[in-house]
Amino acid sequence: MAYLSERALDLSDLVRQVQSSERGGIASFLGVVRAHHQGRAVLRLDYSAYHEMAEAECARVVAEAETRWPVRVALQHRIGTLEVGEVAVVVVAAGAHRDEAFAACRHVIEELKRRVPIWKREYFADGQVDWVGAADAGQGPA
Amino acid sequence: MTSSSASTTLSVTVRLFAAYAEAVGRSSVEISLPDGATVGELLAEFRRRVPTAAALPERPLCAVNLTHVLSSHPLRNNDEVAILPPLAGG
Repeated sequence: MAYLSERALDLSDLVRQVQSSERGGIASFLGVVRAHHQGRAVLRLDYSAYHEMAEAECARVVAEAETRWPVRVALQHRIGTLEVGEVAVVVVAAGAHRDEAFAACRHVIEELKRRVPIWKREYFADGQVDWVGAADAGQGPA
Repeated sequence: MTSSSASTTLSVTVRLFAAYAEAVGRSSVEISLPDGATVGELLAEFRRRVPTAAALPERPLCAVNLTHVLSSHPLRNNDEVAILPPLAGG
């Protein structure tokens, strides 16, 4: 299954991908579109990606987690226009016990935010439209 | 880059996304470089060739062939170099 999706994400779909009779601990994280950003009312978000690299980087993040912990990981990120309350990202990690499930789930969402080339444009209630992160003028590693 | 090595060249595709594609007004540019050029040297040449690239930060995030790289990364012919705005997934 592709890591990027233009359709609504379904937590139970991802749980089914990693569930098994040997995995007694399943941890999940959902990222949901918030109604406010830095005190301003948000109407909707528009997610875009460098598709080929985002798919490759998600695969690397998942493989790393599955190497570091005895887990199976499912991951999907939504692309396109999302309204407030819609799910933008889902991570599910399943292991024999909860410790590795929580650790892997946390690792995957943090690495996704740090490494996967996805961008979002916020549409505010006051009519303004901004690229998220544009104000911090992206500084790459030297 | 010495003049002797400048006789051989490599060609790379520079891709721009999201805020950077809007700021520069392009999503893809072909750039020729002397053999052995690095990502940092490509960025300098890109700024010379494309005036609107002045809008980009001094050291943007870059990827070559779908993998994050440092500006010291050496380029090869036909590489795809992406200049990435601050990531905002999740």
